[in-house]
Amino acid sequence: MFSVMPASAVRIRDLRKTFGSVEAVAGVDLDIGDGEFFSMLGPSGSGKTTVLRLIAGFERPTGGTIELGGRDVTGLAPFDRDVNTVFQDYALFPHLDVLRNVEYGLKVRRVPKGKRRERALAALHSVRLDGMEARRPGELSGGQRQRVALARALVNEPKVLLLDEPLGALDLKLREEMQVELKSIQRRAGITFVFVTHDQEEALTLSDRVAVLDRGRIQQVGTPAEVYERPATEFVAGFVGTSNRIGDVCVRPEKIHVHTEGGPQGGQGGGEGLTGTGDREALGTVAEVVYAGAVTRFVIDLESGDRVVALQQNLRTSSMDVLGHRGARVRISWHETHEFHVSGTGPAPAPAS
Amino acid sequence: MTATAEAGGADGRPAPGPRRRAAALLHRRPRLRLSLLLTAPLAWLVVVYLGALAAIFLTAFWSTDVFTGEVVRQFTLANFQTLVDEPVYRTVALRSLGVAVAVTVIDTAIGFPMALYMAKVAKPKYRPYLMIAILAPLWAAYLVKAYAWRVMLSQGGLLDEVLKPFGLSSPGYGLPATVLVLSYLWLPYMILPVYTGLERLPDSLLDASGDLGARPVRTFRSVVLPLVYPSLVAGSIFTFSLSLGDYITVKIVGGRSQLLGNVVYDNIGAANNLPFAAAVATIPVVVMLGYLAAARRTGALREL
Ligand SMILES: Nc1ncnc2c1ncn2[C@@H]1O[C@H](COP(=O)(O)OP(=O)(O)O)[C@@H](O)[C@H]1O
Ligand SMILES: [Mg+2]
Repeated sequence: MFSVMPASAVRIRDLRKTFGSVEAVAGVDLDIGDGEFFSMLGPSGSGKTTVLRLIAGFERPTGGTIELGGRDVTGLAPFDRDVNTVFQDYALFPHLDVLRNVEYGLKVRRVPKGKRRERALAALHSVRLDGMEARRPGELSGGQRQRVALARALVNEPKVLLLDEPLGALDLKLREEMQVELKSIQRRAGITFVFVTHDQEEALTLSDRVAVLDRGRIQQVGTPAEVYERPATEFVAGFVGTSNRIGDVCVRPEKIHVHTEGGPQGGQGGGEGLTGTGDREALGTVAEVVYAGAVTRFVIDLESGDRVVALQQNLRTSSMDVLGHRGARVRISWHETHEFHVSGTGPAPAPAS
Repeated sequence: MTATAEAGGADGRPAPGPRRRAAALLHRRPRLRLSLLLTAPLAWLVVVYLGALAAIFLTAFWSTDVFTGEVVRQFTLANFQTLVDEPVYRTVALRSLGVAVAVTVIDTAIGFPMALYMAKVAKPKYRPYLMIAILAPLWAAYLVKAYAWRVMLSQGGLLDEVLKPFGLSSPGYGLPATVLVLSYLWLPYMILPVYTGLERLPDSLLDASGDLGARPVRTFRSVVLPLVYPSLVAGSIFTFSLSLGDYITVKIVGGRSQLLGNVVYDNIGAANNLPFAAAVATIPVVVMLGYLAAARRTGALREL
């Protein structure tokens, strides 16, 4: 195969992997650019981990090829591939202290002792774990273990770093903190990240591009905005955020304005009955209203029979105001630029980007 | 068992009966509960097990009247003096130690790869069957297995037949046969703890080591071995101590070789010198105590 494009960091063609009768990966094509933060998003069991393990070399593919930096590595063992992995369960060596865990890869590759120590300490510093060198993994918190796993991989300066739901075991606050940190580490080091998650918000927040997987197939590859605003299939529309079907179009919840009798909820001060070009509207009854701090969630049964969810920023409202709306007749509006159409169901083989 | 028993009087309910009060007391005092629960078995252990050991130790400092054959209950170091002075006993002790070490080394060399295969290579659904295959020999009587080996080792026996094409013959009866049969007998006791240790070793650690650039041999040395080392030591405690105390196998396939167990046995039976037998019996006990003390350092005793 001849390519005129610059060699991408990871290039996957028609990758397949079956376990017995289970088709875990069913023909995946991917091109991941140098220095890109690339996410694979999909529900549990969609084959994300298997794709990652195939790239790392822990599994042999049933079919297809994997190239790293332009070199075909399909048949190579993990220790011959220039990638490192941050495992879902961190997989820290319990019998080694933090420093020795981080040094492991350098020691195996015979980096001299002084140099090794220097790089390991620098890596620990970059994940803000100074002073923890002598601890055993068992003496660390979940967040600290996660950082050690990250440092242990980063210290080897791989071309590609594979991360399998690295933040999955952390609580919300820590997870958000680590997201910011991951992103800044990735920018600083300029390493290609292949990041696996089932959390759509995480994928949209962090990634340059996202691939959405379902049942071993890629449904769509694109920037977070593309995937969110223009989902290619019904599966993507449903998995990446909530989608409302209104007639034969779909609209995201936060794009719908709810006009109640007391005036419009939400930011824009547009009065009732004002309709510009491209504005659409519908009438319905509030079936449920939930106050959720920053936003209020309306569930509205439209006259057309569709049920939609609308999110409104709580700019001026408080819980007292919104809860009274249950059962009220309301008008909703949205703009046609926010409508999207999704092709029918079924896993359409997605084109590689 | 309820905690409300305490509050019983306060909210007007009838005062709790003695049984409830006792239950509540136990609920509040886990230490007390534990000691009540363990007293009986602990008493059994102390009296029967440690008591017997103490009795042996005590007897070792007595002697036997040469004429009447009666035990003379008077403190003497004569038995130990004999053990040290007579070269034959030193030889027997060293020979027993050598046999125990050889059996342990052989069982480690055979048992470790078998355990590794069972825990990490074989498909999980076959593991129970492999486990049964390992355990099955334990269900047969010790004597049956030892005599089966005696038959196989005999001149013109199965081993001779099998080895003939290779220009070899059965080792016959003697120390090599003893080591061979003991290794066979105690192999499951090595495989089981090592298997358990390996099964507890997460596969992701092996993946992580490979991911960081380590080849399989390096992964084995730097990850697998350190993490299952305590299990190995635990297995070796079994093979070592079982071999050290054995006197039946050596009687059946050992030819004229003598081990410590035989000396003890002969002194109890034919020679009727119980104090001397006791003195000999303290040797393996002392050796094992030393072994256990060394093993404790590795954390292996937690694997038992
Ligand atoms: N080693 C394996 N043996 C058998 N089936 C497997 C194995 N690994 C994964 N699978 C199956 O492949 C599918 C995809 O799994 P996985 O890649 O772990 O999904 P994800 O990471 O997206 O949750 C699942 O149906 C899973 O049961
Ligand atoms: Mg997974």
